[in-house]
Amino acid sequence: MKPKIILDSKQFEITVTRLCYQLIEVHNNFSDTVIIGLQPRGVYLAKRIHKKLSEILNKKDIKCGSLDITFYRDDFRTKELIPNATEIDFIIENKKVVLVDDVLYTGRTIRAGLDAMLAFGRPYDVELLVLIDRRLSRNVPIQAKYIGKIIDSIASENVKVEWKESDGADKVTLLSND
Amino acid sequence: MTKLSTKHLLGIKELTADDINLILSTAESFKEVINRSIKKVPSLRDITIANLFFENSTRTKLSFELAEKRLSADVINFSSSSSSVKKGETLIDTVNNILAMKVDMVVMRHPNPGAAVFLSNHIDAKIINAGDGAHEHPTQALLDAFSIKEKLGSIKGKKVAIIGDILHSRVALSNIFCLQKLGAEVMVCGPTTLMPKYISSLNVKVEHNLRKALEWCDVANMLRIQLERQDIKYFPSLREYTMLFGLNKEILDSLSKKIVVMHPGPINRGVEITSDVADSSQSIILEQVENGVAVRMAVLFLLAGRA
Repeated sequence: MKPKIILDSKQFEITVTRLCYQLIEVHNNFSDTVIIGLQPRGVYLAKRIHKKLSEILNKKDIKCGSLDITFYRDDFRTKELIPNATEIDFIIENKKVVLVDDVLYTGRTIRAGLDAMLAFGRPYDVELLVLIDRRLSRNVPIQAKYIGKIIDSIASENVKVEWKESDGADKVTLLSND
Repeated sequence: MTKLSTKHLLGIKELTADDINLILSTAESFKEVINRSIKKVPSLRDITIANLFFENSTRTKLSFELAEKRLSADVINFSSSSSSVKKGETLIDTVNNILAMKVDMVVMRHPNPGAAVFLSNHIDAKIINAGDGAHEHPTQALLDAFSIKEKLGSIKGKKVAIIGDILHSRVALSNIFCLQKLGAEVMVCGPTTLMPKYISSLNVKVEHNLRKALEWCDVANMLRIQLERQDIKYFPSLREYTMLFGLNKEILDSLSKKIVVMHPGPINRGVEITSDVADSSQSIILEQVENGVAVRMAVLFLLAGRA
């Protein structure tokens, strides 16, 4: 089957901008809020949102970090995983945390992310932001608060998110493995 | 490359350069973990590890135990001085009894070369060699490589001199294998009597003059004289050894470049290295110890990940 484009670069831009305004609605000027992207692919979205928010709010001190969850996964013995860097150079104790990932699928990554985050303090609350929500595939009871696009897909399909920074263009495609 | 090519860590000789690089890059992540305020991750919470030490150890034993605990593994400790080994139990019986208590991994130090390999052929658990006689000490070589890489940026093309009791040193042999696989040049330096016969087959430079070795190298790894393994006299006196092969501040400062000084510990201050060198800014001895925990966490994590 031909890959189906879910978001082209124009829609991608609009979606990210909309997510930023949704965040501002809730978090105002981000004085008590931090953004944490999950390694590896969530970090691209976290950085993009951070950049956009900084422009919109004209604020340079919005906190943004990246979190690696390899050591917290429940499946590291069945999958081949390479750890990435964790860079959180701020305290999350009593902060509102916006956890950012590219695709919400089984929810297990987010589950591990919640565990991993606790090593950096006890946040006031945690919200989840994802670009793509594959809503029919959840293994654990986890939902996102801010969603770029909801799609219905089956397990044999793959969602591929490409980034200008690493892949040349912003694009989301649905690939079928049949 | 995301998996080790081996099920056990018996020696550096069995590892590929990819294996070593995977361990070093994973260790970088663990170094970040152990510098957090909460230094613990849950990766090995379902794994039980037995530390079997048939020979004395401070650093390695504590380092392994800390690494295991920071990965949330359950740990049991065993040392031969307080065990039934003294009553005549064989190694395989001892280990099989421990394994009957459902242990997944065994970290073993043993005075006999090849003990870890022997064990891996007879029992069904993952074995990590924490030093077997004068044969290998793989995690020490890995942490030494990690420390060199951290200090100098890379290992390829660097010149490393290993100085002292090469004959009785498992650290020397593991370091030679490890550094060569990573593309470094290795020289050994020490009295003729403390050079093993097989040294010519290892493709390393051999030097008997300390100053020449130090002028050549970027990193000097000073080894301890292992009096406990020396059944005969290999040199006239410790004082003479110190005069010819001891590293002091005077020689260090007279060199044309600033070299990095390493030591696997335990240090015999005033014998192979003077206090002012061991505590100088060129010494990375304590960094080696810190890195040891991160490297051992990486080894345990990667081996546990192997089905």
